[in-house]
Amino acid sequence: MIRLDNLTKVFDTPKGAVTAADHISMEVPSGEICILLGPSGCGKTTTLKMINRIIRPTSGKVFINGEDTTSLDTQDLRRNIGYVIQQIGLFPNMTIEENITVVPKLLGWDKARYRERAREMMHMIALEPDAFLKRYPSELSGGQQQRIGVARALAADPPVMLMDEPFGAIDPINRAVIQDEFLKMQQDLKKTIMFVSHDIDEAIKMGDRIAIFRAGKLVQYSEPDELLAAPKNDFVESFLGEDRALKRLNLVKVRDLASEEIGLVRPDDTLDTALQRIESYGYVNSIVMVNHKRQPVGIITAAVARTTQGHCRDHYQSVPVVVSLDDDLRKVASLMFAHDMTWVPCVDDDGRIVGQVTQRAITHHLGSRYRAHSKEDDGAALGEASPSSATKE
Amino acid sequence: MELLQYFLDNLELLGTLTLEHISLVGVAVGIATLTGVPIGIAITKNERIAKTVLYIASIIVTIPSIALFGIMIPILSIIGHGIGYLPAVIAVLLYSQLPIIRNTYTAINNVDPALREAARGVGMSQNQRLRMVEIPLAVPVIMAGVRTAVVLNIGVMAIAAYIGAGGLGTLISRGISQSDPRQLILGAVAVSVLAIIVDYALLALQKRLTPKGMERAAAAT
Ligand SMILES: Nc1ncnc2c1ncn2[C@@H]1O[C@H](COP(=O)(O)OP(=O)(O)OP(=O)(O)O)[C@@H](O)[C@H]1O
Ligand SMILES: [Mg+2]
Repeated sequence: MIRLDNLTKVFDTPKGAVTAADHISMEVPSGEICILLGPSGCGKTTTLKMINRIIRPTSGKVFINGEDTTSLDTQDLRRNIGYVIQQIGLFPNMTIEENITVVPKLLGWDKARYRERAREMMHMIALEPDAFLKRYPSELSGGQQQRIGVARALAADPPVMLMDEPFGAIDPINRAVIQDEFLKMQQDLKKTIMFVSHDIDEAIKMGDRIAIFRAGKLVQYSEPDELLAAPKNDFVESFLGEDRALKRLNLVKVRDLASEEIGLVRPDDTLDTALQRIESYGYVNSIVMVNHKRQPVGIITAAVARTTQGHCRDHYQSVPVVVSLDDDLRKVASLMFAHDMTWVPCVDDDGRIVGQVTQRAITHHLGSRYRAHSKEDDGAALGEASPSSATKE
Repeated sequence: MELLQYFLDNLELLGTLTLEHISLVGVAVGIATLTGVPIGIAITKNERIAKTVLYIASIIVTIPSIALFGIMIPILSIIGHGIGYLPAVIAVLLYSQLPIIRNTYTAINNVDPALREAARGVGMSQNQRLRMVEIPLAVPVIMAGVRTAVVLNIGVMAIAAYIGAGGLGTLISRGISQSDPRQLILGAVAVSVLAIIVDYALLALQKRLTPKGMERAAAAT
């Protein structure tokens, strides 16, 4: 757990005092990723660097697992905090192996143990140990270097990690890959992580919590869905963008709003039955046909059911579009648009149909949170500028 | 032809004088490296002190060597070494300070701040940072300073023959006093050739000492 208590940094510059971080108080529970997000110069890096005392706080305290870090030896503190700097910062005079094992060596691990650890780390970041350990940083691509930077920070297995735009220097495609790999690692490692970003999509994807900064102040600290649903003020709202409702789709899983109620037909049902069900369930185009295990085998279209007589088994078409319970709503919405559907069936791990997600359920879910929010402080909401006028400023 | 004959006749003398020359410069620059590198590192901590030290070092270089020898005669006479080996070594030692201190200072100061921060961030102490990161990265530039010092002082040492320090300068000074152009030319050529050979040898050493991963970066500069 990381807790910041009124952490403040004032830089003395020739032009006067600059308050880079202004009484920041927040808490990151153990095992969670907290994203520090905000426009350039708002104090994210300063806040992060005060945690491992690269920058000395002007006032305020940092607690790690309940312990006041001012009482700890600075070098010990840093060796127990993984630190990924924005500029990667691999030591060019050391091999990849030496770079990765630098903290274990400082901590006095024996040679066999830290060499073994280097190989372990390489597997974790999906780079071939034999091919890379003896190379030098200048012989690696930017993306590979960035992974080594993460490996170096993780090598001594510190409980806490600080990461300053760790994936900033990578092209969007590789960034998405590394983000996914990192999230997968985090599921096992359960580190407590402070992560600086100025990319909202990255924040929503990676963060268990997001802290929005503005001019040295912490403006809002919420879970991503809460943040998108209920931005605290105009600044947060305009910073998140006008498509924040769509961004929320990433965060909601099919599991969260699937309804068990779904109309299906069996191969033995007649096309008449199929047509009745299409109408009674309000499906405009088609209905799914399942086998005896409730696995989808095809669809009966309304057009066929209306014009033809006979059994479903003789008249079904193509395998229907289905989504799994762990898919996010963004994928669902995308499929709905692509296939002109107002609903999609969802399946469990065995491919059995367990329910459906409808377009109405999605819009209702997104809308309900907004309504709940605007009711809470409707007086203030009326007085505030609308999002469109806020962005014009 | 006559010159070549003279060269062959005096091969042994030439060898002895060359070795003497190398050992004089080697000892002096060696000591200068041992003092200059730590001074260069130390002054990175304080810009004002750095400026003062570098200023003094560059003033020393502007003193003509003959004048420097002249100044040292009365001072070192107190301990009975007014002329000869000691003042020659001291002069070279002083002249070597500027290139060595300046290159060390610049190299350490120019270490990428991101690397410095990374080194702090992984929990290295100040000494560990110097030993594991900053000095290895600075080695090529420090070595370039040592090379400059050596080449510069192979020339200075030739003049030290006038205060009886020996070395290849002996041939030059004798050539002048005895109006013997053969000795003069042989001495002058020997000094130049020695400077060139030593420069290449030290360049090879510099490459050996450059950390492996930096070869590419070093080649680019
Ligand atoms: N060493 C320093 N001396 C003086 N001012 C500083 C120093 N470091 C940062 N600042 C100032 O403090 C403020 C916050 O800087 P900080 O680096 O924390 O911003 P940031 O949120 O990380 O921005 P970015 O997204 O651009 O990295 C800025 O106004 C910056 O100019
Ligand atoms: Mg920053």
